[in-house]
Parts: sequence; C-alpha cells; structure tokens
Amino acid sequence: MTSGNPNLSRRPDGAALVIAAILALIAAVIFWQMSQMRVPPIQARVGPTVFPYIIAAGLLALSVGMVVSAFRRGFPERDDDNYIPIAWVIGGLVAQLLTIGWAGFSVGTGLLFAFTAMAFGRGPLWKTIPIGIVFAFIVWFMFAKGLQLSLPMGPLERLIP
Amino acid sequence: MDTFGLLAEGLVAALQWQNLLYALVGVTLGTAVGVLPGIGPALTVALLLPVTYRLDPAGSLIMFAGIYYGGMYGGSTTSILLNTPGESASIVTALEGNKMARKGRGGPALATAAIGSFVAGLIATLALAFVAPWVVKFALAFGPAEYFALMVLAFVTVSAAFGDSALRGLTALFIGLGLGIIGIDLQTGQARLSFGIPDLLDGIEVTTLAVALFAIGETLKIAADRNLVKEEVLAVKGSVWMTREDWKRSWIPWLRGTAIGFPIGAMPAGGADVSSFLSYSAEKTFAKRPEEFGHGAIEGVAGPEAANNASAAGTLVPLLTLGLPTTATAAIMLAGFQQFGLQPGPLLFTNNASLVWALIASLLVANFMLIVLNLPLIGLWVKLLTIPRPWLYGGILVFATLGTLGANGAMSGHLGPITFSFELLLLLAFGILGYLLRRFGYPIAPVVVGLILGPMAEQQLRRALSISQGDFAILFHSPIAITLYVVAAAAVLVPLYFRLRGKGDMLSQMASDED
Repeated sequence: MTSGNPNLSRRPDGAALVIAAILALIAAVIFWQMSQMRVPPIQARVGPTVFPYIIAAGLLALSVGMVVSAFRRGFPERDDDNYIPIAWVIGGLVAQLLTIGWAGFSVGTGLLFAFTAMAFGRGPLWKTIPIGIVFAFIVWFMFAKGLQLSLPMGPLERLIP
Repeated sequence: MDTFGLLAEGLVAALQWQNLLYALVGVTLGTAVGVLPGIGPALTVALLLPVTYRLDPAGSLIMFAGIYYGGMYGGSTTSILLNTPGESASIVTALEGNKMARKGRGGPALATAAIGSFVAGLIATLALAFVAPWVVKFALAFGPAEYFALMVLAFVTVSAAFGDSALRGLTALFIGLGLGIIGIDLQTGQARLSFGIPDLLDGIEVTTLAVALFAIGETLKIAADRNLVKEEVLAVKGSVWMTREDWKRSWIPWLRGTAIGFPIGAMPAGGADVSSFLSYSAEKTFAKRPEEFGHGAIEGVAGPEAANNASAAGTLVPLLTLGLPTTATAAIMLAGFQQFGLQPGPLLFTNNASLVWALIASLLVANFMLIVLNLPLIGLWVKLLTIPRPWLYGGILVFATLGTLGANGAMSGHLGPITFSFELLLLLAFGILGYLLRRFGYPIAPVVVGLILGPMAEQQLRRALSISQGDFAILFHSPIAITLYVVAAAAVLVPLYFRLRGKGDMLSQMASDED
C-alpha cells in the first residue's frame, strides 16, 4: 500500500496550463463577441447566439478539465522535437506567402519546395530553388492550362501566352 | 423498385466509359497516396475538391470514393514492406505483415491483404446497398430534434469514445465547432466572429482546414522528429501467390474482419483504425496457433485488412443516408457533395437516386480494379516508397498550397506594398495548429468533423427550438432522440469506466510490486 499521491508532488504540466488558458481565452472571445451582437427580441431564444454560447460554455468546461489534467500529469510523454526543421518549413510557407502575389506561382512555390527539402536535410538552396521553380512551373502549367485552375501569375507565367 | 433493380441500373451507369475512367483515376490515386507515408485519403480528396469544380458531379464523387477505397488497399503495402503505416488504419497490419516480409513471406502477406480487402470490399459494398434503403426509410421519420440528437451522438463517438483521452478528443471537437461558427449566419445574415475581416464572412473552408491539419501539420511533425531514420524497404521475395495453407488460414479471418469492420463503420463508432485493432485482437483470440502472433501470423494481416476495408464501406452508410460523416475522409466527401449542391441524406435517395446507385455500383467496379492494381502491379507501388523524403514532403506542400489557391486564389491581404492570399495565411495558421495538436496528443479528425457538422447541428437545433418556440424540452420529446442520447452518454461513460479500471489495475500492480 502506498500512502499519499505521488502524482501531486510533481510540478503541474506547464504546456497543459497554457493550452487551458488558450481555450478559456477563446471561450471569452466568443462570449464577448456574442454579447456585442444585436439580436432582435424575437430571436433571443433561438437566434444566432444560442449555439455559440453552448460552444463557449463547452470550451470553458474543457479548459477546467485541462487544468485538472495538467496537475495530474495526464498528458502523454512528449517527443523531444527539433525546432530547426520546423522553422525551415514555416519559413518556406511564409516565403511563398510573401512572394507569390508579385513573383507568381512558380517562384513562390519553388521557394516553398526548396525550404521544405532543406528541412529534411537536402540542400544547398542555390541548387534546390531552381529545381523547385522548374517543378512548380510544370505543376502550374498542368493545372492552370490543363484544368483551368486560376493560379497567381508572375513574370515567368506570363511568358506562356 | 427493389434494391437489385436499382443496383443493376447503377451498374449500367457505372460501366459507362467516363465513369470507369473516373473510378480508375480515383483508385490509382488512392493506392498511390495509401502507399506514400504522410498522406492519406482525407488529404487527397481535400486537394482534389477545387480541381473538380468544373467536372461532372457523379464522376467526381465516384473518383473520391475510389480514392477512399484505394487508400485502404495501398496502406497495407507500406505497412508490410516498410513497417511504417501508410495510413492510420494500417498500423496493425505492420505488426504481423512486416514480420512476414522479414521472413521472406512478403508476397503472401501482400496477397492476403489485397484479396482480403477485395472480399471485404465486395461484401461490405453489397451490405451498404441493402442496408442503406432500410436506413433511409427509418430516417424519413426523423425531425430536427432527432437529427440534432444523431449529430450529438456522432460528435461523441468521433471524439470521445475511442482514442486515449475523452478530454482531448472533445477539446479537438470543440475547436472544430468553434471554427464552424465563424462567418455569416445563414438564417439572419449577421456576421459572427469575423472581426471585420471580409475573407472570414464566408466561413472557414473545410478543405483549407483539412489540407492544413493533414499535410502541413504532418510535415511539421515528421520534420521535427529527431529519431527519423531511413527505413529500409524490404524487397518482395519469392512468389506473390499464397499457398493452399495460406488460403486455409486466411478465409475465415477475411470474413470475420468484414463482420467486425462493416458495423463499426456503419454505426458512427469510429473509423477504420478501431475496427482493424478489434479484428487483430479477435484473430489473436481465435487463432489455432497463437504463439505465431508477433512473429508473422498471416491471420493477423488477413483480418485487420479486411476489417479496415469493410469499415470504409460501412462509413458510407451514415454518410449517404443521414449526411453524417464519421471519419475525416467522410467529412471531406460531404464537403464534396455540398460543392455540387447535393445534400446527402434520405432525400438524396429519392431526388438523386441514379447518382447514389451509380456511386454504390462503381464501388463494386473499383474493387475489381484495385485487386488488379495491387497484385500484378505491386512492383510499381513499391517504387513509390523509394522517393527520398525531402522531395516527397516538398511535393506534398506544393500540392497542398496548389489546392488551397485553386479553391480561393484571391490576393486579398495587404502587407505594405505586398499583396498576399488570405487563404494561404489561414493554411499556415491551421498547419501550425495541426502540429501542436499532434505534439500534445490531440486527435485530428474531430476538428474536421466539428467544422463541417457543427453548422448542420446548429441548423437542426434552431429548427427544433423554433418549432417549440424556444423550449429546450422538445429535444427530449421523442423516444428516438432519447435513445440516441442514451447511446451517446454510454459512448462516453463506458470507455471512461474502462480507462479508470485500467488505471485501477495499474495502481494495484504498483502496490503489489512494492510489497
């Protein structure tokens, strides 16, 4: 027989507490936004605010549950994640986001391709960026010309009439 | 007309060359994505939705269903030869299948998986054809209150009944439900939670969310893994064909797997992974030689593979008859129906009967295509496994952003002089969400199901409440609704009891160890 609860002696799970706080924050935002809405009196009981209030109440309850779970260390063991590749992938998505509007689909997406390859250990960028641009250009040609998908154009895409 | 007549008519439609072509494209793509680790059928259907805007609705839906079935077939190849499941439902197959491949029996393992999938797919699709009209008859009696109860049941089974924590499952569900509120309320025209951003008025696209959670979230998680080693692909040695002994040991597990998988898929009780786990443990219990389990028992491949295909067919029962998606892939297929202005449910069977039966019949056709694709052409698929990871994931992200831009390519965001696509920004944000969900052990499917089913549940709730003029008691007025709530409560409480008991057992174990 053991006396006392060994789980309580450990520190609560910090990340779980942060998640609980975020859930509570989302619930608060929904409550606030719904209270700002002007609902005609006829719809007060079955109007557009009823369901969101239910969701917000649910999120609040789950947030409390997360706090309890944090103190009981109820979360599974977390892997020791390597953040450098994550930064490369996110960097690739941001690079694409910021370039695609003026440089066109191929250049933006080529950057994304090269940055992602870098995250998985394939470089250097001066080799993979051209590969990515050519690949993205072929994809653009197939989908924009073949399937009439409307994809952003840049100087490179305008070369094709 | 009886089911046979309708099915025969469906077959005639399914055998038209355009539909055969759509089915072939679907099963080929499905097998490819099933084989490739990191992408599954849900993601593929989501990526293809924008591409199919201008195509024929029946053909597109046939293609989507082909992808779903093909994904179930292809996943087994990866599990057996690589020991990394191609999709979640094939985790169990890796247990025995990879052991068989290591012993040089990869051929028979692939064969029993493919033939088992075929047998299960055939029986389960026929079961779908015969069960569906019956469910439709039943569902026509449903009012808004019953539909709401049904959706509550689906919410609970998708998020809380399985998986390792009801709390995290429900949290994932409520994140999806919360995202579902965003946009213009269809009944009053008022904007909710859009914070003055015009792009949010139309709500969050299911495809954007699904592509972000599955493609970007998964890529981030895999990229972050320090322990990632290059896995060795086992060559298929010897004959692909099974011996007489293999057949004898496989056919009962195929049938048993089908019997387990179809009802689980059909009963909103969780996806294919649940049924394949249950089938595996059933085979272990009934095995004549249980000592072989863990060392390459063919029953352990035959049963679960049959079960996951049968449950894929089963999932189509609630999807087509009630409009109720119970897996992520089904949720995105529902979005596919909606894209063509079709609402799955009992009315679909009366208003679009020819489309529904062509779809069901084409599943039978797809099954025949898949057995051909997966047995004689297996070598081709194995080659896909040798694509280096940097190119594979680079390519996945290229197609992920392509699909998103194809759905909504408007450059509506501004950052100084630079214009950017708001949809891509959402994709990035949800991608990071997908990574965080994976990191902290939250399931992904409930978020997607919550987003698409939430607004539908709200609609039914408000319909029910306006009939009763705001009295919530109407929700519990009919025996059907009460029964559904009782089942929903049981779906949360019973696993909770098992978890507590499991924990109790562990605690007593610890105590006795100390003695």
